[in-house]
Amino acid sequence: MTTPAAIAIGCSAGGVDALMTLLGALDARLRQSVLVCCHRSDAMDILGDVLGRMSVLPVIEAVERQPVQAGVVHLAPSGYHLLVESDLHFALSADPRVNYSRPSIDVLFCSAAEVWRQALIGVILTGANADGAAGLQRIRELGGVAIVQSPTDAEATAMPQAALDMAGADYCLPLPDIAPLLNRLCLGSL
Amino acid sequence: MDAPELDSIEMELFVQALQKRHGHDFTQYAPASLKRRVHLLVDQLECKTITGLTERMLHEPAMLPRVLEGLTVPMSDMFRDPAMFLALREQVFPLLASYPQINIWQAGCAHGQEVYSLAILLEEAGLYERTQIFATDLSDRALQRASEGIYPAQEAQQWSRNYQAAGGRRSLADYCSAGYKLLKLNQRLRRNVTFAVHNLATDGVFCEAHLILCRNVLIYFSNTLQNRALSLFRDSLVRAGFLCLGVRENIDRSPIAQAFVPFSEPQRIYRLASHLDDIAE
Ligand SMILES: C[S@@+](CC[C@H](N)C(=O)[O-])C[C@H]1O[C@@H](n2cnc3c(N)ncnc32)[C@H](O)[C@@H]1O
Repeated sequence: MTTPAAIAIGCSAGGVDALMTLLGALDARLRQSVLVCCHRSDAMDILGDVLGRMSVLPVIEAVERQPVQAGVVHLAPSGYHLLVESDLHFALSADPRVNYSRPSIDVLFCSAAEVWRQALIGVILTGANADGAAGLQRIRELGGVAIVQSPTDAEATAMPQAALDMAGADYCLPLPDIAPLLNRLCLGSL
Repeated sequence: MDAPELDSIEMELFVQALQKRHGHDFTQYAPASLKRRVHLLVDQLECKTITGLTERMLHEPAMLPRVLEGLTVPMSDMFRDPAMFLALREQVFPLLASYPQINIWQAGCAHGQEVYSLAILLEEAGLYERTQIFATDLSDRALQRASEGIYPAQEAQQWSRNYQAAGGRRSLADYCSAGYKLLKLNQRLRRNVTFAVHNLATDGVFCEAHLILCRNVLIYFSNTLQNRALSLFRDSLVRAGFLCLGVRENIDRSPIAQAFVPFSEPQRIYRLASHLDDIAE
């Protein structure tokens, strides 16, 4: 298997708690870039701080034209779609909402899939709509790995269920098992 | 060859064809968003591939406006980022008030929501009578819509909230007539507005501006094109003139950026530096 270069995570309702659990259990040695798209209201500008306190890896908001960094969690800013250019820099878009969402998980996942292909892991966590399903499908089409939180374990089932229905998954697990799996996939037997 | 690589070849040919056939230059746009929009067009127009879209664009003259609209996506809101408009009202307008005649250039005005927002603010600040607003966009269709000032009524609630948060003194309803489905901005608001086609990728300086707003347009440009647009703004601004970009824009990669000093960093309001020592400050 190709060593993963990046992990893209999508979630909405219940997502902040889920992210705290997941990011808090990642291995500090990870050198993968982590990209997070979490639907939120514009008022939730403190998301970065909240997650930063729990996360093992540093959390920063993705800035347009800046490089994607290794071993860093990049948050999609509110009000814009986040995309990755093939030269591994971030781009933003003010295009209309996709699945009622901006940032949209589909937009992030599709652009990341093109950039990293087999070296990308896509993760769909709890959420209340179908955003992310098409993106996860694109990730799988291009050879990446798909992880979906078990709908029965998720605070909101719609998003993981839609992802499973449309894209299927390589792994479907309860939340506490996802970070250990990511650590294993990324660090191998290290 | 795999699908994404083929895709890049088709993209390149599409952009070339658009330029050679119709003279529209998208060569310096940031690739990820442009590609996404082209794929959306391919789906909407039910072409099978980008090459299918290219063929129709080359042979069917009626396709061009449709393609341009798909590539530019004139998406906007009234008083988007209210804190930025509040900063204009409270911090920038008092400084503009010292000029006997105020020129404002709004570049990439889309369907005009920001033009009317600005006009309302200026009106409330008592500055509108001596202001001239040049509202430009690449797309003449978008400009047509902008001059009509008609929008879906479902936006009204959000826009009113934005207006209040931007320090609005009245009610947004005072500035428009709303029907069941549509709302129309009071056309008196555009008495000092000139709408004109202007392409930031290819056109030059056309006015001397005290304030330029160009929000959420440069995000679609490559670093090179962003730099070109910023030098155009530098050359169009009066001494110590103001420039407003979108609240998540980053100009650090542009050499020209040092011509601008932050005035309100979080709101992305800059001022043209008039001397080198201004830059050092
Ligand atoms: C997302 S809209 C931004 C609208 C508004 N300023 C806002 O922030 O809400 C981008 C606009 O930029 C225009 N645009 C794109 N490329 C341009 C160019 N090269 N020159 C002028 N306008 C351009 C598009 O036609 C579109 O209307």
